[in-house]
Amino acid sequence: MTEEHKSEDQQGTPDDEQLPFMQRLLDNPFLLLFLGIAVPTVFYIIWGIMEITQIPIAD
Amino acid sequence: MSTNTEFRTCPTTGLKVDLAAEKLIKANAVAAVIFLAIGGLFGLLVALTRWPEVHLLPADWFYLALTAHGLDVLLVWIIFFEMAVLYFASAILLNSRIAGPRWAWTGFGLMLVGALLTNVVVLQGGSSVMFTSYVPLKAEPGFYLGIILFAVGALIGCAVFFGTLVVARRERTYKGSIPLVTFGALTAAIIAVFTIASGAIILIPTLLWSVGLVSNIDPLLYKTIWWAMGHSSQQINVSAHVAIWYAIAAITFGARPLSEKVSRTAFLMYILFLQLASAHHMLAEPGFSSEWKIFNTSYAMYLAVLGSMVHGMTVPGSIEAAQRSRGLNKGMFEWLRKAPWGNPAFAGMFMSLVFFGFIGGISGVVMGTEQINLIMHNTLYVPGHFHGTVVAGTTLAFMAITYYLVPLVFRRELRFMKLARLQPYLFGIGAAGISVFMMGAGTLGVSRRHWDMQFADAILPFDYPSAAFLMMGLNGMFAVLAAVGGVAFIVVVVASVFFGRKLGVDEKPSYPEVPPQAAVVAEHGSADSLKIPGTTMLVAIFFIAFVLYYFVNWKYLSEVWPLS
Repeated sequence: MTEEHKSEDQQGTPDDEQLPFMQRLLDNPFLLLFLGIAVPTVFYIIWGIMEITQIPIAD
Repeated sequence: MSTNTEFRTCPTTGLKVDLAAEKLIKANAVAAVIFLAIGGLFGLLVALTRWPEVHLLPADWFYLALTAHGLDVLLVWIIFFEMAVLYFASAILLNSRIAGPRWAWTGFGLMLVGALLTNVVVLQGGSSVMFTSYVPLKAEPGFYLGIILFAVGALIGCAVFFGTLVVARRERTYKGSIPLVTFGALTAAIIAVFTIASGAIILIPTLLWSVGLVSNIDPLLYKTIWWAMGHSSQQINVSAHVAIWYAIAAITFGARPLSEKVSRTAFLMYILFLQLASAHHMLAEPGFSSEWKIFNTSYAMYLAVLGSMVHGMTVPGSIEAAQRSRGLNKGMFEWLRKAPWGNPAFAGMFMSLVFFGFIGGISGVVMGTEQINLIMHNTLYVPGHFHGTVVAGTTLAFMAITYYLVPLVFRRELRFMKLARLQPYLFGIGAAGISVFMMGAGTLGVSRRHWDMQFADAILPFDYPSAAFLMMGLNGMFAVLAAVGGVAFIVVVVASVFFGRKLGVDEKPSYPEVPPQAAVVAEHGSADSLKIPGTTMLVAIFFIAFVLYYFVNWKYLSEVWPLS
């Protein structure tokens, strides 16, 4: 691996606080898992079911 | 931490390979290919029945074959292969042992039992409810049980993947962030968890309904939650095949992504928004508000489309950057002209990228637009679109990486190399033709899931335009071409895996020839150069095609539904 390709972490192992927010987000698989389940659950499933339950029952 | 894990070092790429993970990759890949063969055979029967001049199967067999085809290729082939991708991208690319190999085998066993059970039940003839199995169509309980077992097995596979990420990080088997290919696999695994959870939410009560323990399942509720599984399962494919594009670019050319940050952000767009595209199946349902439909299919889905367009630029861009660094700088396209078009892994991958973008991608955006969706909803345009994404996109990409898996993981020399070189073109062009002609027939109104477009036994006759019959004839011919390509793939893979020359421990196979930089597939980092004029031109052509096709459909809508 050439020097210019080494990430910050490989060169100096800085603390997590020194890493940019996006990199910390993208390096956390379980936070991503939470987001990947929560977003479609809220916007597609829960919102969709709320709309279905508001359909009036036929007489 | 001391473990009894055994490793070998790949003589071609230099990667450390956990032998337990390797066995799991082999088992899942073999199961995947077997179900591809079964599902592909049913697909050919469906296409030959839809070809008006052939009209091969009677109605009951047509719906049976359509059900088996959908299940075996949209779910079973794809997810078995994705399990292999997850284990490769975690244990092997992170130089780690696999977490809980016994759990992984348990998952594999459940998937196998579930897939076999569902296939047997479908073949018995009482469960021809098609892949969607919309209620109140009722299948035998074993149909739902088989899918549930399969899904639980796949969920265990995802848990093993996440466990391996934790093990690799804890045991410091890699430095910095995970490689981009692993990040793509992580995206696929996250979408898989949502997909499987959605499937469990709706299929467990449906199983209880089929055995008589639940009196009623609301059809709209079923359809909504089922598509959270049915469409999202195809988004697992997208994430996995994009990861494979990057992997093949890295192994073939030593190519690094143009910008690791941008590519990872594009995958984040998938994680957040790709699954919301499920709503396009509900665009003709009167029970939902336009706000729900438009937010999910347009605003949110377009962010995921942006992610795909980023990948569509950075994958060829990374190849161009790598090729130009080797001196292929003449003109705009020398890097592409002198690419290894005789290498089936590269040829399959590049065609997958082009067909996925131009056919599957553009048509997906068109279908996701509430207004223009009306002119093709529930027509053959829909299977045309997803044959562009799942067959010409995902399946072709999975076939392409298999040409690397056989020598590098199965440790066998590829057999029938001439046939292998031809195979991606046969299958890719066949699949692209299927997609285009089904979309053409759908645009002319031909309905999907229908046995006889001539309505021969209907009381009220109806004639489609003659061009629609031409489209379906061409669809049948290209399906035959794709089937020839599919058979060629099976022949090459089976002959190589079972009868190919076994490679010695440190022996490099004659194929593939990889550059010394191929190890970048397991590294984090970006390319040195952003000079990619050829890719910029390709992207411009894509945008022109996109805009033209989008507005052609609006024009078509205005003619179908004139406003004065």
